Amino acid sequence: MSSIYISSNNIISSLGFNTKENIHKIKKGISGIKFHRNFGYMYEYTAKVENKILNEKFSKIGANKDYTKLEKMMILSLNDTISKSPFSITKDTALIISTTKGNIDMLGSKNSKLHSDRVYLTKLGEVVKKFFKFYNDPIIICNACVSGVLGITVAKKLIKNKNYKNAFVVAGDIVSNFTLSGFKSLQAISNKPCSPYSKNRNGISLGEAAVSVAISSKINSKNIAEIIGEGESNDANHISGPSRNGEGLFKSINKALNMACLSGNEIEYICAHGTATVYNDEMEAQAFNRLNMQDIPLNSLKGYFGHTLGAAGLLETIIATKSMNNNYLYKSYGFNKIGLTLPLNIIKKNQKKNLSIILKTASGFGGSNVAILIKKCKN
Amino acid sequence: MQELKKKQNIFHYCKIEKNSVLLNDKLIISEDKSILFSEFSKILYQQIKLNYPKFFKMDDLSKLALITSEYLLTNYFKKTKKPNDISIILSNKSSSLNTDKEFQKTIDNKDNYFPSPSLFVYTLPNISIGEICIRHKFTGGNIFFISENFNSKLINEYASSIIKNRKNSIVLCGWVDFNKDDFKAFMYIASVNYFNKITTNYIDQLFK
Repeated sequence: MSSIYISSNNIISSLGFNTKENIHKIKKGISGIKFHRNFGYMYEYTAKVENKILNEKFSKIGANKDYTKLEKMMILSLNDTISKSPFSITKDTALIISTTKGNIDMLGSKNSKLHSDRVYLTKLGEVVKKFFKFYNDPIIICNACVSGVLGITVAKKLIKNKNYKNAFVVAGDIVSNFTLSGFKSLQAISNKPCSPYSKNRNGISLGEAAVSVAISSKINSKNIAEIIGEGESNDANHISGPSRNGEGLFKSINKALNMACLSGNEIEYICAHGTATVYNDEMEAQAFNRLNMQDIPLNSLKGYFGHTLGAAGLLETIIATKSMNNNYLYKSYGFNKIGLTLPLNIIKKNQKKNLSIILKTASGFGGSNVAILIKKCKN
Repeated sequence: MQELKKKQNIFHYCKIEKNSVLLNDKLIISEDKSILFSEFSKILYQQIKLNYPKFFKMDDLSKLALITSEYLLTNYFKKTKKPNDISIILSNKSSSLNTDKEFQKTIDNKDNYFPSPSLFVYTLPNISIGEICIRHKFTGGNIFFISENFNSKLINEYASSIIKNRKNSIVLCGWVDFNKDDFKAFMYIASVNYFNKITTNYIDQLFK
């Protein structure tokens, strides 16, 4: 069976403009979540990409006025990934874009000089395609908060199926009045920086990020991880609430383990979804306990980046991979006292640990759950 | 002619557009083009005897997706047992834009700011897949793609990679788009029986 590898990558987030900067901040225990005045009248904890630095960096490769914030973030991220990639763009290269809301800020903006049709995800895709002169139309994934991880599994499926030789995946979402108001209306925004799995958790902190990776089936010294298994399952339970017993997550992890011919006890670290809503984190505890995985070191990275929606799964996959390659576990930021009905082994402080196989999970609205298994490359 | 007959036996699809429903080449219902979806969807609801009160809470995109899948699946599973591990791949151009605009209206004016949670939960296109999964207890994988036009090539490639992995699995595929008052849905069932026999050209012809 041919393998699929992740090589070059980039993260643009509230913590920095490349993967190295982001890892450096995480290691130092710095979170990007801050108290912001959003859209003039909403005061919330959010994790934002600083406009000034973004524009400064983007001006070196394009005209700021011609692009939306999300487009600039995605292009800047991809630009870094493509320039360091072991392969270049050919007719056999797929462009995969993951996002939940794209340029949704265009809906509420009356004075933007850009055409309002930029709110269509197809336009966003066209802009990115044109900038890098991709041969193929983008494959756009809009599947709630599992979109980012799906970027990897779609690349894997299409490369294995020999539809493409390799792919660049970019995932991104911004903090918008739209999403902030929406999650507030669901009473899902935390009044403090989010604290996944903790007793006093009361919701998410929104964040923004654009993240990109190069994926190919070729062995290369730049490869940082091998994707050895994936599983997807729908809860078939509720459109905006997770299954009480974690059924979909349970099934998706089992599918991924079966594909990789592994058992749960061979997993050395879990980079979980951990949004810090009461129901999500409890649902994860149910699923991991059903799989007897409650003693495996686990963290949520939402405390560093906030919930970056469609970007989250890809962002967290890169951080988790770096964690694996550095044999170093990062603490689950924002965690204090466990607030679940079942035990989980939450990582409380940074620590060394030999790692070779890890699990990344994600769950989202619409009942989606995705699990991927990542293995260290022997370079 | 015989070739076409064969294809009809292995390719099951349903198309809803211009206030009419086509199920496997057969026109099931056709209403006056002037009536709005709100009314048209109620007529269909009654025709298929849905009896599913949740339906009336859904946004138009989810209503359209659910009804299309209902026609197709009821017919397809008349003789065979419905498995749970069905995967779903849907796509469209407009994402959830109609509902996005409705929600935006509730937050546009900061002096009249009442964001609606019941609208917000429908501001993702894959919620329509979630609704189908809930209705039928489908626990397979799912994905929602966005493309300018119906991309039968991508959907077939993706479906075949799922089926290669699990030989007896079934994938519900298609397009469900809502933009202003304009809508179109086209769904079909991909299974191991149909690969190598059904071309994307054939699917594109039916989609048109």
